[in-house]
Amino acid sequence: MIHIGVLALQGAVREHVKALQAEDTNVIVVKRPEQLDEIDGLVLPGGESTTMRRLIDKYNFLEPLRQFAEAGKPVFGTCAGLILMARDIDGADSGHLGLIDMTVERNAFGRQRESFETKLAVEDVAEDVEAVFIRAPLIIDVGEDVRVLATYGNDIVAARQGLFLTCSFHPELTADNRLHQYFAGMVREVSKTALQA
Amino acid sequence: MLSKMYFIFVYHGQEEWFVADTGTDRVKRGMAEMQKGGVIMDVVNAEQAKIAEEAGAVAVMALERVPADIRAAGGVARMADPTILEEVMEAVSIPVMAKARIGHIAEARVLEALGADYIDESEVLTPADEVYHIDKSEYTVPFVCGARNIGEALRRVGEGASMIRTKGEPGTGNIVEAVRHMRMMNSQVQKVVHMSKDELMTEAKEHGAPYEQLLAVQEHGRLPVVNFAAGGIATPADAALMMQLGSDGVFVGSGIFKSDDPKTYARAIVEATTHYDDYALIGKLSKGLGSAMKGQEISSLQPEERMQDRGW
Repeated sequence: MIHIGVLALQGAVREHVKALQAEDTNVIVVKRPEQLDEIDGLVLPGGESTTMRRLIDKYNFLEPLRQFAEAGKPVFGTCAGLILMARDIDGADSGHLGLIDMTVERNAFGRQRESFETKLAVEDVAEDVEAVFIRAPLIIDVGEDVRVLATYGNDIVAARQGLFLTCSFHPELTADNRLHQYFAGMVREVSKTALQA
Repeated sequence: MLSKMYFIFVYHGQEEWFVADTGTDRVKRGMAEMQKGGVIMDVVNAEQAKIAEEAGAVAVMALERVPADIRAAGGVARMADPTILEEVMEAVSIPVMAKARIGHIAEARVLEALGADYIDESEVLTPADEVYHIDKSEYTVPFVCGARNIGEALRRVGEGASMIRTKGEPGTGNIVEAVRHMRMMNSQVQKVVHMSKDELMTEAKEHGAPYEQLLAVQEHGRLPVVNFAAGGIATPADAALMMQLGSDGVFVGSGIFKSDDPKTYARAIVEATTHYDDYALIGKLSKGLGSAMKGQEISSLQPEERMQDRGW
């Protein structure tokens, strides 16, 4: 069985754990950097990105997370997780983990009263994915190696670069498990290849 | 309140239709889910809000006075001056909450219009209505409400609250009431979870709780919304205690900015909340923090000074 971790510094951890367990994976709640050695893939959950970054620094997670990604392990970030994965953040000096060649805008829709839910076509996944946007960020620019998986109007809300998957909405808040299924598939494929090699 | 918006976007020359729903339960409760494992701090100006954000708070509560000062000042405590809310919203990118009086529909609407991300229908302020709470399902903005037991929590959820917190006894720096309320809710939830369905209606009657909400508790094995601890949390160890008791996160009111060194104090409380079961760490965090806020014995309060008895 594959082992998928959920970074548990703050945010909607429980929901991701539940969604991943439904995909027949062994889920590990990651609170310390050494736990990254036990997992084949990692989810960066939604929450407050400022808070998460502070705790990432405090517990020396930044380098281990970068090394985990560099080692060719899949990472999936939702909402705040998307912000952590971006190379550039609009209005900030630098990104956090810089895993995906994209620029994001935080709180792009405005305040909480502007938060909403809708259905979206997500490439490789489905035509009608349930998408809950909460004080969500948007991807305002992507590099050429980044594949856009979903747009909301003219804005990019889901993307993939190699083994890094991200979306600005919260699949973990719905019963629609298809993005988690897609990610578990990515992790499975990598683990299989690793085994063969 | 659920409202539908229709959008037509033209993308690469192609028309696309989107239907977006704002103010749904998923959107409102989901917002609270994102705050889990975090600390929400009371602040009275932009400067304090920045200290809170810098320390890793997941949200701030913009107030005119922290609960300890509300107690000291006496008189009628109302919604804060909107200038404070605006100043705080301008200063930080984390969500900003604000308090409205229990039953004060107009204050709540004003806060929603000003753009508050969450409204606390709070017993810390003087109630505007001694019988009815606000019908929170009618609002696009989510609400958090205080509760002492499962009945009170589920009545608020029934009215549309998207988040619950213990009432505790605000502004006292004394954790005992928050512990009482959290333990009470936990044991009542456990009882409901282990009941057979045919016992639930009688349980609903005894607690004065909506039957449907009790069904939801049984189905999920917990309250249907996020449950934070609030009311009397003064130290990192207090925060860790409440997390240990099963809180999803903590509100710290007077504790931080009534301490000697708010910056260090705020950080210590955030870390103790994340790593609530790492006692060596909490020990380290608690070293040399300076004085916590001065606490108050609950039995020294006159009945009319007990904020937790406001609301029903």
